[in-house]
Amino acid sequence: MGVERTYKEINARIKAGKAVVLTAEEVIGKVREQGLAKTAAEVDVVTTGTFGPMCSSGAFLNFGHSSPRIRMSKVWLNGVPAYTGIAAVDAYIGATEIAEDDPANNNYPGEFRYGGGHVIEDLVAGKPVKLEALSYGTDCYPRREIETTVTINDINEAILFNPRNAYQNYNCAVNLSDKTIYTYMGTLKPRLGNANYSTSGQLSPLMKDPNFATIGIGTRIFLGGGIGYVVWNGTQHFPGWLKDGEGNIIGSAGGTLAVLGDLKQMKPQWLRGTSFQGYGATLTVGLGIPIPILNEEILRYAALSDEELHAPVVDYSEGYPNRVAGNLGLVSYAQLKSGKIIVQGKEVPTAPLSSYPKAREIAHILKQWIQKGDFLLGEPVQLLPGPAAGLTGKVLEIK
Amino acid sequence: MAPHKIVLRFTSSTSDRPIIYHLVKDYDLVVNIVKAKINPHLEGTMVLDLDGERYEEGIQYLRDQGISVHPLTQEVVRNHDRCTSCGACTVHCPAGALYIERPSMEVQFNGDKCVVCLQCLKVCPVRAMEVRI
Repeated sequence: MGVERTYKEINARIKAGKAVVLTAEEVIGKVREQGLAKTAAEVDVVTTGTFGPMCSSGAFLNFGHSSPRIRMSKVWLNGVPAYTGIAAVDAYIGATEIAEDDPANNNYPGEFRYGGGHVIEDLVAGKPVKLEALSYGTDCYPRREIETTVTINDINEAILFNPRNAYQNYNCAVNLSDKTIYTYMGTLKPRLGNANYSTSGQLSPLMKDPNFATIGIGTRIFLGGGIGYVVWNGTQHFPGWLKDGEGNIIGSAGGTLAVLGDLKQMKPQWLRGTSFQGYGATLTVGLGIPIPILNEEILRYAALSDEELHAPVVDYSEGYPNRVAGNLGLVSYAQLKSGKIIVQGKEVPTAPLSSYPKAREIAHILKQWIQKGDFLLGEPVQLLPGPAAGLTGKVLEIK
Repeated sequence: MAPHKIVLRFTSSTSDRPIIYHLVKDYDLVVNIVKAKINPHLEGTMVLDLDGERYEEGIQYLRDQGISVHPLTQEVVRNHDRCTSCGACTVHCPAGALYIERPSMEVQFNGDKCVVCLQCLKVCPVRAMEVRI
């Protein structure tokens, strides 16, 4: 029987400044050096991190009331529409929204230089943002239009609420066709010209707790440079295992998180407006999760390395758009990070879309917060479904 | 033939002369001023599109005035504040000027190798690559 810890015990050690914290990268070497049992006995918390484009992101804003009042039924922020089908001066600005007059892909491939993600970055940076709103007017909200500028400090609340972040694992995207394609996985050159991937591998939060043994509703996290929380599973949360031809587990995939935090305490370098040529606008989100080492089993997964974690290679010219099942093989994150992989016998150069150096920095910042004693672990009030729940995606039938 | 893109550099003693007037009037050249700037020391830089049959004579006139004339070379620069070191650009750079340093996985940019193809400006998701004229 190995070590057993509770959240309460770990938090007491954090408060006393005695918690032993390693990043998900550091712990790999530690386990290799001295084994699981000894490391589990020593280490309280392992910190993870990821910094990649996450489209299912956005922010709820409450602008405060003008005189006379307006019940905003259309809202634009720097020309980008926000959703207003909620209360009078509440709106939700989504990361992938673009201005109505953006040429989008009419001028293929479109540039998508400014979208909702960029509005969020500008707000977090404290820049003035132009607010325009229209209304049909009511007895209690007579004003029919308003145009002004706001900064994040002028408005009541700004809450980042991302319904699907921190994808556990992701496809490595390639293009088997004869022409360049423009995707949410970046620009893919023809005939296997490049292979793009987008997770931080051995630093990636959900790959380090694939059973969802510690991550649940109430888990306190690093979000956009501030403190956030896991509030639910993300949309399309179908956690499972990746297996090789012989049925051996060689990684996990499919889990996602819904996360929330106060945008006012976040930082623009950890929330970046992002553009994918020919695809659209989005937001690159910095996110890090502390994994409490409650027992040896949790450490075993938290110490998985790039050599042991894999991603499926998927063709984005035919296979993905037409939802054809299957892939072109599995490659390890160590191979992906080496700069080249072999697909269909051809050597293909790889490129990440998610920043590994920034992921490492997030894991280090989170480690420092915990070591300083000002970041306590949030014990989940409910854990999220793991692979044992057997969740799978439904498809949309055309009736 | 496309107009010549050139950069003129003026000293404080040449920057007050109406040279565009003479290029048009005396040499019948078509001029488009792309950029013009004079610093507090009265030294100037001007980027021009210049075209016409008497182009070579016009260039000689400029040199005779003591104005230096060079072909325009653009330069690609990395905005370090915006770059997130994701690496998306590295497979699109034909010159190997943008590359990932391993094992740190930091993106490096070697401006000496850059051929100014401007591919990186299009593929950079956070628009960290900029062109400087």
